[in-house]
Amino acid sequence: MTDTSRRDALKCLGVGAGTLFTLSGGVFSAFDMAEAAPADMGVPLFLQISDTHIGFNKEANPDVIGTLNRTIDAVNAMPHAPAFALHTGDVTHLSKASEFDTASQLLSRLKVSELHVVPGEHDVTDGPGAEFFARFGQASASKGYYSFDAHGVHFIALVNVMNFKNNGLGALGEDQLAWLKDDLSGRSASQPVVVFAHMPLWTIYEPWGWGTGEGEEIASLLRRFGSVTVLNGHIHQIVQKVEGNILFHTARSTAFPQPLAGDGPGPGPLVVPPAQLPGMLGVTMAVSGRKHRLSLNDTTLA
Amino acid sequence: MNSKLFAFALLIISSAGLHSADAGDVSVLIKNFDYSPMEMNIAAGTTVVWKNLDGEPHTIASVDGMFRSPALDQNDSYSFTFNRPGVFKYICSIHPKMRATITVK
Repeated sequence: MTDTSRRDALKCLGVGAGTLFTLSGGVFSAFDMAEAAPADMGVPLFLQISDTHIGFNKEANPDVIGTLNRTIDAVNAMPHAPAFALHTGDVTHLSKASEFDTASQLLSRLKVSELHVVPGEHDVTDGPGAEFFARFGQASASKGYYSFDAHGVHFIALVNVMNFKNNGLGALGEDQLAWLKDDLSGRSASQPVVVFAHMPLWTIYEPWGWGTGEGEEIASLLRRFGSVTVLNGHIHQIVQKVEGNILFHTARSTAFPQPLAGDGPGPGPLVVPPAQLPGMLGVTMAVSGRKHRLSLNDTTLA
Repeated sequence: MNSKLFAFALLIISSAGLHSADAGDVSVLIKNFDYSPMEMNIAAGTTVVWKNLDGEPHTIASVDGMFRSPALDQNDSYSFTFNRPGVFKYICSIHPKMRATITVK
């Protein structure tokens, strides 16, 4: 896929539409679900949903439950359901128990066998994240970071919203970084890797804290792998970067859009005309290719 | 319900959850992703009241862990009384670029 078609593919999509990632030669490539899908598209592997912000009720979207429900309905209506789903954080708006209860109830309607969730900073405003980990802490023994393998792909969940440093960027902290090194060491470079975390793992806009302080260290651990996909949320809009074999991608929110980097006093909810809102919300879907096994690891997006 | 009683009931509802300011309190307003003032000198025993005016929630989280507000939605307030001298730095745990300091004499 060319850069131009990739850019075209990432233009505004409606609720329930989204960006599909296919594994072509072991590397994810993106195309617009509204366009005709390639004949060898394969089956959806996983869904990325992000920034559901249950509890938000301001002008930018007074009905975040409604837009999440429409998103879930659209995913459930797909002819081939994804095997599992990743939620890249900000499940709730204010970390309230009632918000988590509502979110859990809504997300349980997703027709997926597993839901993997990493926290956003809105989910852990109590500090230790007691409400979040009471619901989503089992996979990681309440640390938040963990890894698992599915369909030949190695998935890594990271938490970068609980150890903020003076730079105001997301941070993993020493323990988690050491764990990540250990998790990746000795792993075959031919195994595709998907890393997911809430805040962008590369610096998109430093003055608003849209990045992660250890981003370069994290990228250096991932560079030897032939296919790496880094999935984040937090900024409520699609921003993508390709660096060597690493594709960095942020997902839309299902709740409300945010301004472009640096546009306005800060990264708050963006009020748009109601007719425009559905086109600025959505999800991301990943698809495993039939013709290209995940283990094929030779091509890149470049 | 007569109109006076209704107005009184509304007053009670609207003030629920808000800190009622005393004469000795000092206030910090949160607006446009900044604490105002960002630096403040107070005497020991003073209560500081923060109020969030942004549509985006913010928190007040001391760097040393001494105090931490819940997420304050628009127009929510949080207060903390500083009883001992020291320099207390705090951030918004949702937007860690937001930083401020209170010095207690």
